[in-house]
Amino acid sequence: MIPVGFEYERPESLEAALALLAEHGEGATVLAGGHSLLPVMKLRLAAPEIVIDIGRLAELNYIRVDGDEIAIGAATRYRDIVISDVLARECALLVAVTRTVGDPQVRHRGTLGGALAHGDPAGDLPAAVLALDGTIVLRGPRGERKVPITEFYTGVFTSVKEPDELVVEIRLPRTGSTGWAYEKFTRRSNDWAIVAVAVATLPSGRRQIGLVNMGGTPLRASATEAALEAGESIEKAAALAAEGTEPPADNAGTPEYRRHLVTVLTKRALQTATA
Amino acid sequence: MKVEITVNGAITSADVEPRTLLAHYLRENVGLKATNIGCDTTSCGACTVLVDGESVKSCTVLAVQADQQSVTTMEGLGTYADGELTHPVTAAFRQGHGLQCGFCTPGMVMAAVSLIEENPDLTEADVREGLEGNLCRCTGYHNIVRAVLVAAGKDPDAAQAAGTADKTVAPGFSVGEGDK
Amino acid sequence: MSILGTRVVRTEDPVFLTRGATYTDDLTDERLTGALHLTLVRSPIAHATITSIDVEAAKEAPGVVAVFTGADVDLAPALLFPAANKAMVRPFLATDRVRYVGEAVAAVLTEEAYQGEDAAELVDVDYEPLDVVVGMKDALTDEVLLFPEAGTNSVTSMHLAKEEAPEDLFADCEVVVSREIVNQRVAAAPLETRAASAYWGEDGRCTIFCSTQNAQSARDEVAGWMGIDAKDLRLILPDVGGGFGAKIGADPEFALVAWLSKKVGRPVRWNESRSENMTGMVQGRGQLQTITIGGDRDGTVKAYRLDVVADAGAYPRLGVVLPMFTKMMAPGTYDIPKVWSTAQVVATNTTSTAAYRGAGRPEATQAIERAMDLFADEIGMDPAELRKKNVIAPEKFPFTTKGGAPYDSGEYAKAIDLALETADYAGLRAEQEARRKRGDAVQLGIGISSYVEITGGGAFVENATVEVHADGTVTVLTGTSPHGQGHATAWAMLASDELGIPIEKITVIHGDTDLIPKGAGTMGSRSLQTGGIAVHNAATELVELAKQRAAELLEADVDDLEIDKTTGSVVVKGAPGAKSVSLAQLAEADELKIYHEFDGKAPTFPFGAHVAVVEVDVESGKATVERIYAVDDAGPILNPLIFDGQRHGGIAQGIAQALLEEVVWDDEGQPLTGSFADYGIPSAAELPSFDLITMETRTPVNALGYKGIGEAGTIGSCPAVQNAVIDAVSHLGVSHIDMPLTPLRVWEAIQEAAK
Repeated sequence: MIPVGFEYERPESLEAALALLAEHGEGATVLAGGHSLLPVMKLRLAAPEIVIDIGRLAELNYIRVDGDEIAIGAATRYRDIVISDVLARECALLVAVTRTVGDPQVRHRGTLGGALAHGDPAGDLPAAVLALDGTIVLRGPRGERKVPITEFYTGVFTSVKEPDELVVEIRLPRTGSTGWAYEKFTRRSNDWAIVAVAVATLPSGRRQIGLVNMGGTPLRASATEAALEAGESIEKAAALAAEGTEPPADNAGTPEYRRHLVTVLTKRALQTATA
Repeated sequence: MKVEITVNGAITSADVEPRTLLAHYLRENVGLKATNIGCDTTSCGACTVLVDGESVKSCTVLAVQADQQSVTTMEGLGTYADGELTHPVTAAFRQGHGLQCGFCTPGMVMAAVSLIEENPDLTEADVREGLEGNLCRCTGYHNIVRAVLVAAGKDPDAAQAAGTADKTVAPGFSVGEGDK
Repeated sequence: MSILGTRVVRTEDPVFLTRGATYTDDLTDERLTGALHLTLVRSPIAHATITSIDVEAAKEAPGVVAVFTGADVDLAPALLFPAANKAMVRPFLATDRVRYVGEAVAAVLTEEAYQGEDAAELVDVDYEPLDVVVGMKDALTDEVLLFPEAGTNSVTSMHLAKEEAPEDLFADCEVVVSREIVNQRVAAAPLETRAASAYWGEDGRCTIFCSTQNAQSARDEVAGWMGIDAKDLRLILPDVGGGFGAKIGADPEFALVAWLSKKVGRPVRWNESRSENMTGMVQGRGQLQTITIGGDRDGTVKAYRLDVVADAGAYPRLGVVLPMFTKMMAPGTYDIPKVWSTAQVVATNTTSTAAYRGAGRPEATQAIERAMDLFADEIGMDPAELRKKNVIAPEKFPFTTKGGAPYDSGEYAKAIDLALETADYAGLRAEQEARRKRGDAVQLGIGISSYVEITGGGAFVENATVEVHADGTVTVLTGTSPHGQGHATAWAMLASDELGIPIEKITVIHGDTDLIPKGAGTMGSRSLQTGGIAVHNAATELVELAKQRAAELLEADVDDLEIDKTTGSVVVKGAPGAKSVSLAQLAEADELKIYHEFDGKAPTFPFGAHVAVVEVDVESGKATVERIYAVDDAGPILNPLIFDGQRHGGIAQGIAQALLEEVVWDDEGQPLTGSFADYGIPSAAELPSFDLITMETRTPVNALGYKGIGEAGTIGSCPAVQNAVIDAVSHLGVSHIDMPLTPLRVWEAIQEAAK
């Protein structure tokens, strides 16, 4: 119900935050919106010794066009993504996907960086960023590095981010306001997706598909993508969407059901995106 | 740690453990009991308050995170005078019987306030989806939805008729529009 | 004009919508000053012997005042339902054995609430796991026994039939259909979890503030458990945040809180978390049913058999008796010549069952309505036609059913017709046909239910005190225990209607057992037809008393006097301007108060019909409810606002059970739906607005004609929705799908039928 006791720091700058992170190592956890971290801490599934709050750092809160990419500060809240005119124009898929995350209260707090750092395979945003071929910008004591999202996740809730690094920015190609779709299949409106499919059309014209809850990490429907590139019909390509996936079994669905669902959702998403 | 939070217009402060939930700060330190805790998975929304004007679930915000910010609870929404509730949302809830046991109500009301503020042109579907983070076990939501529409200046009968005619696909189906 | 039957906004709401209601955990009563917080340590394992409990580390934790285990608690383990096997008693803290995940094994008392959870983690319990039995059929084999001393998991013999089932039950039937179906376990999940706070006064009496639906019977239960006289115990109910049957009576935790308070000499407060509530609060439903229905191809239903296995959970509670209602209501609204039912109750390593909205009756309705659809399917008849052909005709009332239920009044065919007409049934069938021809991905399903239910059953007596004060205000004391039903408003309306005093001046008090020592509380939709009528009768008697006194004062004949309902005064009939005396003036001269005990004597039987319209995406199996057309007839409507609100809430819970909710355990008895994140309680986004249709058929059982509306909506909607979803995919060969009809279940049923 309530977390194990911890120390709390609210650094006034990104540099100060990184210094604290370096100092406290694995005993520290970063807090941004708190809507991935606090629920887990309240159930005592995580008990960091020190929590470093970066949620109010203005320098991590922005949405802007940067050349042929969009740059979004890691502490940008879902709400700000949903109402962003820049994103409505430049990456409508991200707006639509973010609008389905949680409920309005959650969206007033949760952040894009937080969602990506947490990396829940059942989360909407990692798969969307995956479909978009986004880049995660990390910063730490060894400097800044950019990691393509396709290389970011290594396992369940695990990424290449070191404990002393912070996600500071997310970079996305400018995919505009067309050629996208998001099919999110839930039992209840506010539930995590049983399966979801994000379709993005890259500037190159290539259609890419991110899958939610079809494995231990967010996945791409590579076989479907290849089939589309080879000129196959949407129906034929979508039928391959489950290839290479390892969907979980839980109360909401068997692996067989998820493998079926993903083909249905992929078909529908592609039809919508191409309409 | 010392925190200072403006609650319903009045400055409050206390020395709290960092793990103190904002909901408990409001209930125990400030003594405002309307905000209720109904779950432990950020699901039910009974604890919804406004922080700097935006609805949040106060069970999933630490008091220390809200330091120097301003919080509004249902107690800050007006009064009962001359036989009327002075705030349009609470007045609509009463007129429309949008509450029964009252436990979810403070959170539901605050969520509604924020919803209306961010989207004055609400349809029934907007209200239902906008309240997806607030659970009620008593009312079946029928009257709550109507009350929110009324508070937003809409005719609930027209909104409900439009709702069933305008067949936006049900939750769980496509939210992509592809070509906007 | 009478206020009765008019739309009156609630008198509770000004407080509820400004300061907020005051629930047990909100109390800042000075009698609870310095109260310790109770945190319970709960078993993470479903079935085990406890080999040791080490509390030393916990005792040293910050803020800990005391830690107790089962060995310390000298309250005798309690048999929570009298007809249960005497060996199946529940200790107040587990001693040698735990029998379900969540069972309390230790009590930690701390100065502050947060400290409790920290300290509880330090209590070290050694469990020796035992085999776990979760499924009812497995439990019936008695291979794994919960109570070795009982020698069986079978809980009671109270439902055993006195004779053998007749062999010729279906002998003259052209068609017989039989099916095993499930009425799944659901959680009541009121938004306010359980809470209790206790203190002992200098006078040696104990006061418990708690969240319950029955102040007086909870007091008696707790006094019994504690081995004290009921007069030495006072229960005071603050506002209660929902109950739905799960807060009927007392929970053993109430006695534990009181015991702890006495032991440490300080008040104690307890408020459970939602996770605790999802395993600790009693749950609803949980029946395996075999339905067998037989009749002729012309649609005449001739025989019906219902066999029930009900799950008691680990410690038998009120759930033990519910199959009695299921059996009683088995034939529903239908005039079936031969009916037979059996029931067994079995213990499993799960949370205990008790009442939940409908409590035994929804299970009956669900079964007969499924049976009717299966029969209709078998003979190729429209399910609405089949129902209308078989419902009890209005001329036959009062009608005692083969289940022994004395149906008072009913217009079952009329309810069906009204629902079908409002829903434009023919239009819906046409739309369905069109979609089937096109092979749409989204198909339409239409489901019908015809239902009757028993209200007020088992607790016919209720009391009320009405007193007019010298300042013109009125106090009503009621033995009911509202928790959202608006009794303060409704009883004020009833009193106002007789006294001529406006409801703003009428205060209704409930739930303090010192003020109101007798009462049966609020459950089974009993309150209006017993408690409301008691208020009405008390007010009427008060008016008579007032007239007697006024007759002396005004030197008039009692028969020439009446109440002027615009002024609350006794006046001479037909003589405006003549001397009069107000009730307030009479109260000033002498106490003007009446206590009335009303015996309703018999239950009443509200009824109705629902038409549910659903859409099912056959590619994914997902079903959504588009419309519910509901006829719920409970006699005259006292306050349409409150009446409809009860229907809305009931309908929502019925839909939720049909499509979303199920309490699930794995084979080890681990809960898989132990939080609101996993358990399918719906939000507004899952539900449509409802189309309520009015029908008012009085009961002859009481003078005002009232039946109870509290549970009817749930009973009607759940089968209609289940039938609708199955109907949506029946053209694909599906004839049955068990609840909840999740997308997975629907999809799997479609795949299965395609084989």
